[in-house]
Amino acid sequence: MHIPDGYLSPQTCAVMYAAAAPFWYVAAKRVKKKLTTKTVPLLSVFAAFSFVIMMFNAPVPGGTSAHAVGGTLMAVVLGPWAAAIGISAAVLIQAIFFGDGGILAFGANCFNMAMVLPFVGYFIYRLIAGHAPFDSPRQWIGAAVGGYAGINAAALAAAVEFGLQPLLFHTASGTPLYCPYGLTHTIPAMMFAHLTVAGFAEAAVSGGVVLFLHKSMPGVLMQTPAGKVAA
Amino acid sequence: MNIMKEIKKLWIGIGLLALLSPIGLLATGDAWGEWSAAQFKKMIGFIPQGLKRFAGLWHAPLADYTVSGTADSTGYIISAIAGILLVALLTWILGKVLVHRKN
Repeated sequence: MHIPDGYLSPQTCAVMYAAAAPFWYVAAKRVKKKLTTKTVPLLSVFAAFSFVIMMFNAPVPGGTSAHAVGGTLMAVVLGPWAAAIGISAAVLIQAIFFGDGGILAFGANCFNMAMVLPFVGYFIYRLIAGHAPFDSPRQWIGAAVGGYAGINAAALAAAVEFGLQPLLFHTASGTPLYCPYGLTHTIPAMMFAHLTVAGFAEAAVSGGVVLFLHKSMPGVLMQTPAGKVAA
Repeated sequence: MNIMKEIKKLWIGIGLLALLSPIGLLATGDAWGEWSAAQFKKMIGFIPQGLKRFAGLWHAPLADYTVSGTADSTGYIISAIAGILLVALLTWILGKVLVHRKN
């Protein structure tokens, strides 16, 4: 889901930076208010986890691949605003040092993976977990379903950004200038990869780690009562 | 309950994931929409003009998580460790700046 440079027109990239900017602004304010010297190390842990988990590509039928992001997990533990900061940091390092995702497309990639993903994931998590007690299965089930929904929402956002390109940006003769595939092609392709593979990977990562933390490291969650830190 | 001890354990887990990361290389297909400009020639017969123009905008030092002169899996592990350290450093700095400004 890391859109490389060249797939989106510079105009689209500018719009996506503009869409991401208010999230970064509010996230910085929220995190500043809620972050303590004790929770900063957790932000680093989960951002680093997100970075490394994105390296675990899983094969998608048809010859492509996809991966989990770990964004809903971060949103469940630290709140969606902290997740927006943490995933943006991971996506920035990926773009600059590893060429995974573009520089022009950084705003779009952050909008999809660092904003749409954790907020949708967190919303679904809250719907399911509600005010269920700390050790209720609704906590990890909510995290798993939220993970599945969040990454698919992000994939849909990326598919729309890709798919609008040939419609909006082409030569006088109609030859596409950027991503050549339209919405009828990008949406099924992206959704297939994420509904069948990446969604389950993200669900397993979110639900699995939340369950593990509840069982083995409640201290981490006590420090950051699900979503209270930066929500 | 000692949170620092738990955080240390989490870092060990992340280190283990870095060592296991070459598992991610088993899926050899590109992610959808992440092909190189050259691959378009094969897929649709031409490289879209704008795509060609911007695709090479930035040359990442460890492009595609490879380290020149090392095997793919070695480069992948080195990339994982480097990336983890860089992300940790960046978030640490962000945390410092934000928390410092508050105090």
